[in-house]
Amino acid sequence: MTTAPEAPVARHGTSRLVDLFEYGLAAPICLTWELTYACNLSCDHCLSSSGRRDPRELSTAEAKAVIDELEAMQVFYVNIGGGEPTVRPDFFELIDYATGHHVGVKFSTNGIRITPAVARRLARNDYVDVQISLDGATAEVNDAVRGAGSYATAIRAMENLADAGMRNFKLSVVCTRHNIPQMDEFKALADRYGAQLRLTRLRPAGRGADVWDELHPLPAQQRQLYDWLVAHGDTVLTGDSFFHLSAYGQALPGLNLCGAGRVVCLIDPVGDVYACPFAIHEDFLAGNVRTPGGFAEVWRDSELFQRLRAPQNGGACASCAFYDTCKGGCMAAKFFTGLPLDGPDPECVRGHGEELLARRPQDGTRLPKPSVDHSHRTSPARRSRPVDLTLVRRREDLDRPPVSACAEGPLTGFRLTGTGDQK
Amino acid sequence: MTTMDLDRAWDLHPQVSVRPEPFGALLYHFGTRKLSFLKDRRLLTAVQSLADTPTARAACLASGITEAELPRYGRALAALVQSSMLVGRTS
Ligand code: SF4
Ligand code: SF4
Repeated sequence: MTTAPEAPVARHGTSRLVDLFEYGLAAPICLTWELTYACNLSCDHCLSSSGRRDPRELSTAEAKAVIDELEAMQVFYVNIGGGEPTVRPDFFELIDYATGHHVGVKFSTNGIRITPAVARRLARNDYVDVQISLDGATAEVNDAVRGAGSYATAIRAMENLADAGMRNFKLSVVCTRHNIPQMDEFKALADRYGAQLRLTRLRPAGRGADVWDELHPLPAQQRQLYDWLVAHGDTVLTGDSFFHLSAYGQALPGLNLCGAGRVVCLIDPVGDVYACPFAIHEDFLAGNVRTPGGFAEVWRDSELFQRLRAPQNGGACASCAFYDTCKGGCMAAKFFTGLPLDGPDPECVRGHGEELLARRPQDGTRLPKPSVDHSHRTSPARRSRPVDLTLVRRREDLDRPPVSACAEGPLTGFRLTGTGDQK
Repeated sequence: MTTMDLDRAWDLHPQVSVRPEPFGALLYHFGTRKLSFLKDRRLLTAVQSLADTPTARAACLASGITEAELPRYGRALAALVQSSMLVGRTS
């Protein structure tokens, strides 16, 4: 761009900024807040477990107190998710409270409540953004995972939002083995409704890696996705989803860094604070917003977050030529697939993850299990069986989303600009 | 490269929020939903004083930026104008 020795406004992608971020920020950039695990009616279409609300769920007053803290800390926006957040009776009250206090809201929904009236209401509020989840660009592919009718529900929601004049809402896709060939179709779908496409990585979350094993992209598909992102990366949002793919060659647009406890965190419905929405396990529990110091103290001082912000050593990855951009990949993906945290990502593009996965005990007994269960199953959970998609759809089998298809990549939608170019 | 008029009055866009960070500051624009960052404290000071200074040049110089550095900082400000973080001020 210029011959300036060093632009005082740093540019996206400079490793130095990433290095600065590694020491943690004064407040999170991306805070995911799961307001409730409650979900509307039949959850055939919903991989996000849920059921009844947790009796210990933060009350309206407590949630507002959290928002006050976020305002004071200048958290620019929160990603609201959960079961289906719109079923919380005070959902709109909380949204209005947050946006009235300079905390923007992005929320994810399966679309079921996005009626024309709700769409108009959302479109009126500049501080609200909506993300519609779809896992297939066709009803066939989508409904196989999310349940019959869910494709139609999402499309109707997008129509309503577009008709209400909402622009640049997000069409949110978790990339799986089944939909990676559909990237162009997803893009066309987003364009049709004036939406922006966000792609997130399928991460093994909560209940273990069995479903992930069946759904995560095959090595050749990772390459296909990488090539697609290189060609279209500036028109889609990916956040920190695919930095492990940068080892194929060039760094991809997005944030190339694991932000857990540094840039990102999760507040769950009962106020527990975790390092990342994909790391719901006591090993990554930093504290609770109900403690006297509140969220601010947990963010600033928790022993866990301090540790995550200390310089990390690359372990088995340190000698890898791509470590600078890949950084060994996603902590949560390693953790829930039973791999060492200081080694390669299970989807390491150089194949090192696969080697390690193959050496794990075959019965899955060593895989970490979530130590908390906030979602209320309607019958006793049955664990780990051979995976098929039909099983995935059955809510009673899920105590946590086996794959967080409804959850948000913490940094997806995140765009860093220093020079004004949209990256 | 974009340039901007250093000799007029500027201000932060009303929908932009500035958050100081150990390395400088983060800027978030609630309208465009874009995040930017300033990696330089003098630039941060300059940006924060735009509203009370008659010109961008004066804001820079008052923040310890030298004449020689002005082109470089001017480009940084221009980038912020381009992404609508900064807007012209008439009063
Ligand atoms: S999803 Fe993975 S890479 Fe992203 S913040 Fe969480 S642990 Fe880190
Ligand atoms: S060895 Fe580690 S750093 Fe290298 S590509 Fe694999 S995961 Fe990334």
